[in-house]
Amino acid sequence: MKKVMNCIACPLGCLITVEYDGSEVLSVTGNTCKRGDAYARTEITNPVRSIHSTVKVNGGEHPVVPCKTSGPIPKGAIFDVMKEINKVTVDAPVSIGQVFIKDVCGTGVDIVATNNDCGK
Amino acid sequence: MLQYDLVVVGGGPAGMAAALKAKECGVSKIVILERAETLGGILEQCIHTGFGLHYFGEELSGPEYAARFIELVKQTDIDVKVNTMVLSVSDDKVVTAVNTADGLLKIQAKAVVLAMGCRERPRGALQIAGTRASGIMTAGTAQKYVNIDGYMPGKKVVILGSGDIGLIMARRMTLEGAEVKVVCELMPFSGGLTRNIVQCLDDFGIPLRLSTTVIETHGKERLEGVTIAQVDDHLQPIPGTEEYIECDTLMLSVGLIPENELTKQAGIGLDRITNGAVVNEMRETDHKGIFACGNVLQVHDLVDYVTLESQIAGEGAARYILGQDSDEKVYINTKPENGVRYIVPQKVNIKSKEDVKLYFRVGAIYKNKKLTVEADGNVISSKKKVKLAPGEMENVVIPADVLASLNENSTITVRVED
Repeated sequence: MKKVMNCIACPLGCLITVEYDGSEVLSVTGNTCKRGDAYARTEITNPVRSIHSTVKVNGGEHPVVPCKTSGPIPKGAIFDVMKEINKVTVDAPVSIGQVFIKDVCGTGVDIVATNNDCGK
Repeated sequence: MLQYDLVVVGGGPAGMAAALKAKECGVSKIVILERAETLGGILEQCIHTGFGLHYFGEELSGPEYAARFIELVKQTDIDVKVNTMVLSVSDDKVVTAVNTADGLLKIQAKAVVLAMGCRERPRGALQIAGTRASGIMTAGTAQKYVNIDGYMPGKKVVILGSGDIGLIMARRMTLEGAEVKVVCELMPFSGGLTRNIVQCLDDFGIPLRLSTTVIETHGKERLEGVTIAQVDDHLQPIPGTEEYIECDTLMLSVGLIPENELTKQAGIGLDRITNGAVVNEMRETDHKGIFACGNVLQVHDLVDYVTLESQIAGEGAARYILGQDSDEKVYINTKPENGVRYIVPQKVNIKSKEDVKLYFRVGAIYKNKKLTVEADGNVISSKKKVKLAPGEMENVVIPADVLASLNENSTITVRVED
């Protein structure tokens, strides 16, 4: 089988053609870098995405502080992960990289802060 | 009156990069004036990732990208004044600003970098029929509500305009539990990056309706719905294609306007297409010693390019301040042709000792075409392009030796051809 997809690894958005048989990838063409090749392969076998959101912060400069998944998570887990993120409240100060949730939903990926908040 | 070598107006990615570069080049007294409470500019609310791939070789969120520069600024003796509104920049480089700590400030600068960024086109510019019900806002305003202030502006959303901010907000609202009913785009193509259409719309099954616009809003106190319609080749609504969509929120992502009030007030010449200043290869405006960079000069799609452009402006300002730009200069024009809408810089010094990069955008989607750069009938370069789109800024390099072979009557043209 053949699938044509736009790569989302970077803003270039290469048009990639993947030939595959079931979950076995036979060829990847049209990509301009290694990341494109990797994207196309996982997109066929196990599509993953990174998620970015916010969590509530007590005593912060702002009511919320941004966060992200420390790595990609399975596409199917997106809304479960969002539910967990929305349960979290942290206290200021917060610094970039601080872990809010360890191993969210058993994905092996953490939810980490993506901004500093020195507090009021 | 305060005295500074360099005054940078705006503390977003452009202003910070320009100030840091000028510092690195040896300028001693620098101040950044920022309207908001913190440095970082619009990056602070852009919590999605995709920033820094070119510049840092890694994928960062907006706040993370900004934080790296904020940290660098903190490590220098660059002064920063936040909550400070610049009111005017005069011909002789007196910058007037106001804040609650200093009151009215007058600063005599040797050079000025304008880095005010851009703002969103508002509803008023669109002439959509209907009342002024609440729930109608720009996508960037909604982004601030959700990502900075921490509340949801609505539950059922229609987005007009498929620029990147609109696409990003479609995903953001969906993740937070809202229902994004449709994204309408007036043009027959999206102005956003392909990756955003895939991961913000396709992933969540949000329909993108091209050649479609919102023609009326309904509801008195709160928005209750919108009427959308398809448009013809002249972008006019086609009678009979109207469709009512129930929603409580309409987000507009219909273009960005460089914020050039200060520039205009100073009498600096603007480019009709970019709505930014006309500049030379160091990003110096037609007022000597006043530079412009970032989204106030031309709206960028990648912050990485804002950083690179601003470093050029910072270096240009440093050379001007330190008296290192006394070499002979001969400026020629760059000219966009067939399919190319504009070029920045608009002027290039042919005595430049360094290669010069021209940045530009095309006016429509092209496939399998060539980008040809020509000077006085001689082809400088001709590069095959699988795809060209208005949403993606392109660039070409003019080598210094090619520039040296030109004369004062030369013109450099860039065009799309078969």
